[in-house]
Amino acid sequence: MRVTFTVNGERMTADDVWPGESLLYVLRERLGLPGSKNACEQGECGSCTVYLDGVTVCSCMVAAGQCEGREVGTVEGLADDHSEGSERRLCAVQEAFAEAGAVQCGFCTPGLLVQADDLISRTAGAGRGVPEDPEIREALAGNLCRCTGYEKIIDAVRTAARREHEQVGQEAP
Amino acid sequence: MTAVTNQTISQPLDRVDGPAKVTGRARYSAEIPLPGTVHAVLVGAVVPSGRTNTIQTGEAEQVPGVLAVLTHANLPKIAAQPRLFPSLFGHAAVGETFFPMQDDVVHYAGQPVAMVVADTLERAQHAAGLVHVSYHTAPSTTTLEQGRDRAYEPGRIFGGLLPGRMERGDPDSGLAKAPVHIDRTYRFAANHHNPIEPSSTTAVWEDDRLTLYDSTQGITATRLTVAELMGLPSSNVRVLTHYVGGGFGAKAMIWPHVALTAIAARYVGRPVKLALTREQMFSSCGHREEQEQHAVLGAGNEGRVTTLRHHKLSATSPFDDWAEPSLNVAAQAYSYPNYQGSYRLVRTNTMTPTFTRGPGEASGMFALESAMDELAYELGLDPIELRLRNHADADPLTGNPWSSKGLRECYQRGAERFGWRERNPAARSQRDGHWLIGSGTATAGYPVPAFPGLQPQRARARLYADGSAVLQAGTQEFGTGVATAMTQVAADGLGVPLDRVRFDYGDTELPNTAPAVGSAGSGMVSSAVHSAATSLRDQLVAQAVAQAVADSESPLHAADPSTVVVGDGRMMLRDRPETGETYSELLQRNGVEDAEALGSWQPTGMDTGYALTTFGAQFAEVAVDSDLGLVRVRRMVGAFAPGRVLNPKTARSQLMGGMLWGMSQALPEGTQMDSRMGRWANASLGEYLVPVNADAPEVDVEFVEVREDVANPLGVKGVGEIGQIGAAAAIANAVFHATGHRVRELPIRIEHLLRSA
Ligand code: FES
Ligand code: FES
Repeated sequence: MRVTFTVNGERMTADDVWPGESLLYVLRERLGLPGSKNACEQGECGSCTVYLDGVTVCSCMVAAGQCEGREVGTVEGLADDHSEGSERRLCAVQEAFAEAGAVQCGFCTPGLLVQADDLISRTAGAGRGVPEDPEIREALAGNLCRCTGYEKIIDAVRTAARREHEQVGQEAP
Repeated sequence: MTAVTNQTISQPLDRVDGPAKVTGRARYSAEIPLPGTVHAVLVGAVVPSGRTNTIQTGEAEQVPGVLAVLTHANLPKIAAQPRLFPSLFGHAAVGETFFPMQDDVVHYAGQPVAMVVADTLERAQHAAGLVHVSYHTAPSTTTLEQGRDRAYEPGRIFGGLLPGRMERGDPDSGLAKAPVHIDRTYRFAANHHNPIEPSSTTAVWEDDRLTLYDSTQGITATRLTVAELMGLPSSNVRVLTHYVGGGFGAKAMIWPHVALTAIAARYVGRPVKLALTREQMFSSCGHREEQEQHAVLGAGNEGRVTTLRHHKLSATSPFDDWAEPSLNVAAQAYSYPNYQGSYRLVRTNTMTPTFTRGPGEASGMFALESAMDELAYELGLDPIELRLRNHADADPLTGNPWSSKGLRECYQRGAERFGWRERNPAARSQRDGHWLIGSGTATAGYPVPAFPGLQPQRARARLYADGSAVLQAGTQEFGTGVATAMTQVAADGLGVPLDRVRFDYGDTELPNTAPAVGSAGSGMVSSAVHSAATSLRDQLVAQAVAQAVADSESPLHAADPSTVVVGDGRMMLRDRPETGETYSELLQRNGVEDAEALGSWQPTGMDTGYALTTFGAQFAEVAVDSDLGLVRVRRMVGAFAPGRVLNPKTARSQLMGGMLWGMSQALPEGTQMDSRMGRWANASLGEYLVPVNADAPEVDVEFVEVREDVANPLGVKGVGEIGQIGAAAAIANAVFHATGHRVRELPIRIEHLLRSA
């Protein structure tokens, strides 16, 4: 079948997609977007986390056919979201991960970034500022990292949330 | 020697590969875009022992897009079987001395019996499901319990490098004379590394030359192993690895799937990519073996331990005598004059076990440090006081002084940070609601790799006339931060700003360095990079001051090189910094586009007259649910003395990750064998439990500075393993302190504590 959907704001089409193919597979193998990682294909590690219509999902568990006409956001699209009119090439959460030492091998990173970005924009959107540690830990509990011990990831999320909050605060009247 | 004024070593700089990793631009080995790449999928045996009877490939071959279905009947044979030898030594390094699909014998479940190659991954997977294999099943042994009565003592273990039995003093009479004994057996489930990136290989042939993109901790080991297996000149094999998604030992040795990919690529005449599935990772790249350790301590009433007897029984494969070396650091941890250690093995139908983070010491120090804690309670001594009373001022094995130690400071600084002194020493004395609270400590130790026969380490430094520099060494970066730290070493060695230096790695065409294993990576490669950078610096300074060459225009002409310092890419007189010139000026004036130097370093052998070991101290606080027996680790503190820390940001991250591995070893992690089926029962990330963010305690790392002059030129002892060692024991000791119940088995499960809690 043919599947057409929007990825990071760009319309994309994949042909000859089997009904069983996952969104992760189509992104990685057909659309040249290997940023989302394949680490279990069983919905257990979160390395493949992407946005689907603004909600985070494990893309290994979503059939590509279900994405027809919908909007997908991957790690490759995070930076662009925020770079308009600003000099930063990276979005707040990417920048904070790189600075905090929250990245080691980097294989869990794309999924974690999408999940963390979601948490931060939800809390910032609700005007709640920086999420508490237990909320961060719970929100990221589906994203396995074998390298970092998580501590620096929490630091990075706190930093990114604080910056985002300050920015939202400045923009608001 | 010329001095350098800039200092980036020991600065907590951001990772150089950070931006590529956070944007998703980093390409791992299964993501190399090569035109015409096709996909291989392995079919594993479903029985643990016997022979394949029939392998029906017809249906699979009919699937559109299938290019080949390979079995022992048509797979080209290997040219030679390399021996098993740790990759650290720089030779071919197979993980096991068995290569699959050479005949119909099945040694372990998951062993590849067929391989399908097709134009897309989906088609290859589909066709793999249509390969029908029937078996003549033979009886199998897959657990220690099943094979205990057939245990044997190997002459040597670990690729023949270590003796199967060691002794000093008189352990029998030492134990006979000791008034206090602790005599305990500790059990350990098998562990699988589970790096988040499953192993993958992409193989491309160009005539008789092979290029491999491989997720490996040792590109040279991959090159030499595949060359030997396939009967190729080593020079015909090139291995690249730019990003590796974690290794932890799973990618330290070279496993059969790598050469199988190369064989498949030659067979179909196309580039072939093979990415293992998570489930296949449980039977493709080794594991930490199931084991049992019997530790006997003999001590005086005042707490002086005179004797340690430490015997290990563990499972190995049908074809290799492998045991992780669990007895080394325990044998030298304290000043006991009498010691006996031995390994015994049971042949089981699994693949050959292998290095797993903290290889050997993670289990060995659990046994010793649990026993030491029991002794402390037996004698009514503070656990740290007991350890101080047995502190080894010199290496008890050889009598040699330590090159550096810092263990007393680790206990002291760690205890302060943790608040150890405030603790009520009595077991089951603290509560927080229905949680029983306890704290525990343990010593950490890991050897600095120093062996005869290590290969020379090499690097190349090149400086261009525009002032930019490239340093190259064939090391591999799987998250450790080595690329960042080497950029710092290069900048300081050359005396150029950090943003003018690039570090190239991950390619066998670059000068050869050791694999990144056993905490050896940064010590080894930094020595070579430092040597190359400083040679190039000295060469350029020599050129500037030289009187004999035609160029007499340098402001430094005829200066004594020992009075020249370098900083920010500029050479100048120490006392008159205004007199000098930049490297660029020197090269441009002479019409030279670049200058280059090679550096090399011969790793330390065992003849230094010193003992080289990294030490640390672990502290943990746990809460145990008094109704449910559930253990939560609340916080961990680790104090470590790893010599020079090249980049505290990446080093701290690695140590924290290591400590979480210790927590993981203590609580969730363990592979269970279904001994009826002879298969790992929990081969997925849903059932092989590793800590998630919500499980992780607060982790605190303290660096204790020690001056290390023996290990290597920069005094780097390594941080890859030491964070894990002793952490599981500190947690088990804390569980005892919380509950009064001693668990001598890893992982600690709720069942162990239900009765006591
Ligand atoms: S790859 Fe999708 S959850 Fe692991
Ligand atoms: S950084 Fe390696 S798995 Fe998270």
